[in-house]
Amino acid sequence: MKNRLYLSFIFILLLAFIAGNLAYPAYIKKIFPSFPDIPFKLGLDLQGGTHLVYEADLSNIDKENYSTAMEGLRDIIERRINMFGVSEPVVQTQDAGSTHRLVVELAGVQDPAEAIKMIGQTPFLEFRTQKPEEEIQQILDKRKELEGKTEEEIKQVENWQLAFEDLYNPTELTGKYLDKAEISFDPQTSNPLILLQFDSEGSKIFEKITEENVGKILAIYIDGAPISTPVVNEKIAGGQAQISGKFTVEEAKELARNLNAGALPVPITLISQQSVGPTLGAVSLEESLKAGALGFLLVAIFMIIYYRLSGLVAALALGIYLALNLSVFKLIPVTLTLAGIGGFVLSIGMAVDANVLIFARLKEELKEDKSFSTSLEEAFRRSWSAIMDGNITLIIVALVLFELGTSFIKGFALTLIIGTIISVFSAVFITRNFLRLFSNTRLTNIKWLWG
Amino acid sequence: MVMGLNFVKYRKIYFVFSGILIIGSIVVLVLLGLKPGIDFTGGSILEIEYKSERPSNEEIAEKLKDIDLGTISIQPTGDKGVIIRMKDISEQAHQEVLAALSQEITSVPKEGGEEGEVEMIINIVPLEEKRFEAIGPVIGRELREKTITAALVSLVLMIIYIAFAFRKVKKPVSSWTYGIITFVALCHDILIPLGIFALLGKFYNIEITIPVITALLTVLGSSINNTVVVFDRIRENLLKRGESFEEIVNGGMVQTLSRQINTSLAILLAVGAIYFFGGITLKYFALALILGVLAGTYSSFFIAAPMLVTWYRFRQKGQNA
Repeated sequence: MKNRLYLSFIFILLLAFIAGNLAYPAYIKKIFPSFPDIPFKLGLDLQGGTHLVYEADLSNIDKENYSTAMEGLRDIIERRINMFGVSEPVVQTQDAGSTHRLVVELAGVQDPAEAIKMIGQTPFLEFRTQKPEEEIQQILDKRKELEGKTEEEIKQVENWQLAFEDLYNPTELTGKYLDKAEISFDPQTSNPLILLQFDSEGSKIFEKITEENVGKILAIYIDGAPISTPVVNEKIAGGQAQISGKFTVEEAKELARNLNAGALPVPITLISQQSVGPTLGAVSLEESLKAGALGFLLVAIFMIIYYRLSGLVAALALGIYLALNLSVFKLIPVTLTLAGIGGFVLSIGMAVDANVLIFARLKEELKEDKSFSTSLEEAFRRSWSAIMDGNITLIIVALVLFELGTSFIKGFALTLIIGTIISVFSAVFITRNFLRLFSNTRLTNIKWLWG
Repeated sequence: MVMGLNFVKYRKIYFVFSGILIIGSIVVLVLLGLKPGIDFTGGSILEIEYKSERPSNEEIAEKLKDIDLGTISIQPTGDKGVIIRMKDISEQAHQEVLAALSQEITSVPKEGGEEGEVEMIINIVPLEEKRFEAIGPVIGRELREKTITAALVSLVLMIIYIAFAFRKVKKPVSSWTYGIITFVALCHDILIPLGIFALLGKFYNIEITIPVITALLTVLGSSINNTVVVFDRIRENLLKRGESFEEIVNGGMVQTLSRQINTSLAILLAVGAIYFFGGITLKYFALALILGVLAGTYSSFFIAAPMLVTWYRFRQKGQNA
């Protein structure tokens, strides 16, 4: 029994040590530089950023093609945002009943207006032809010349802009004329390929372009980036083309999807926008952290004043609870928003509840002149049902809130759920084993210490 | 066993007191209504901070008068900040607003011109856009519906859970009684803060936003938690024989009193820290929690437990008659 207690105690210390250093690795990093330093994942409201919700108008599209169209839309918008240089953008499709939406989250974007402008365009498919040989050669030569040079040095070179020119010239053939794109397989090699079908007007333009460019590359661009660069083998009439290249089936599917979406105008409208500037984010983060630290301190002081030695134990357990919680936030990782921190601070207050229940019970049991260890076990046993019932109802509410889905509520509910679960563990395992350590010591004779 | 204080005895006073508060809240809610934020109605909110001096509300209104923004409200915040509320505007209108706000047009007498001839000079006033939200009416409506669903679903689930947790308790009142009384206590804990928010909305323009609703739904959980603790103790005491139901209920109340106060105090300390130091976004979230926790602590003690006795008495009278 005694050995098991010490084992539990060592386990708690170890857990506290690891969790504490995970939550705040600044000190241990000085001794063990290889200790993992996982950053907190901050939500848009704390690091600044833009949250956009678009509604897609699929009224011109057959029902069975809805998901393909939406996925194509997502891929293209993702590509556009990547061109914009946002770190870890989130682009998600969201289907609820008859509405089809696209949620875009851009963290730390400096100019949301520009991003919105870029996203707002309908996907743009175009065909481009190769420039004349000599021009290409000039561009390639210039590129070679600039190789390995820094930005400063490049700007010294004469005509340096030439190196950044495209190798292709735009044509009038765009997605406007594409009827559909399909994935197919080469009967001989069974490699996947893409079949394109133009409408009648597109077919004529395509025929003309292919006629003029036999043996050359006819590049396919989506949103200004080359997607595929097939070589024209012969003049093609009838408006059917195929893109054979070295793709996997997945890549071919994606390309077909992109082409369809590029060809099909899926108009999108911005129905909600939330932008937070980086300064406000930083201020919010600082304020909420301050509030959290203060909340923790007040609760700890209150517990110590009211429950004395038990209170001190509870405050220690609360400290470990804090470190565990923050570590879990980092490990999962939980995206911390203002609401999430609000839920977390609330859970600090609620986490002492189980302790309070147990201590109140311990006090009562001690009054009946039972031994300390009997009183302790009794107190834990008898408070258990109230602790469970209370926390389960709280988790039920939090789960329902989570299902609601709005990002504010989600952040709050998630930290509340995590906090509630860890708080029960903290009370019934950490506090309990700490208190057990006092059994059979002289301290248990001083009733005053136990509140 | 039962210590000196007899709480159950004065139950009618608590009922009357809470009754007045609840009726008052309902009257206020019906007469004034709640002031929903743009989360629920759709609309735009723009927060900017001027780098130098903040123009007056009139000057800002003047600058924006040519853009179609619906009813606008301009509210100064901090030293140099302004919060502007408008209808749900497009990104283009948003940019126009920003451009208008950062321009300062002054007219000076034209050099070498005739008497009274003026020249317009446009200065760019540096400002920072701190926050912009535009919520379409569709999203607002959806959120309203979702909120109502969430509130109803969590209520029903919790009552079922309470009835289930107390399923072994048959005498002297059935397990459903506990669930129903919990529900009554919940209505008390939600209605009173809502009534206060209706007043705050009327007199201080404080809106019901998603954070406030989230806080109130959390109050549901914490309030049930409080009620469960008292009921749990009563459930345990019921197993002991030789005491009347009233004595048992009163005993449960006395035994859990310090826990109720201490837990609520701990929560209030933590939430109070958010209210005072947690920044503007969380301020009313914290306020709703504070109000709800106060109401919840009161109701679990002075409403829920005494109602058990009233219910029991009522049933007995029915049987005797």
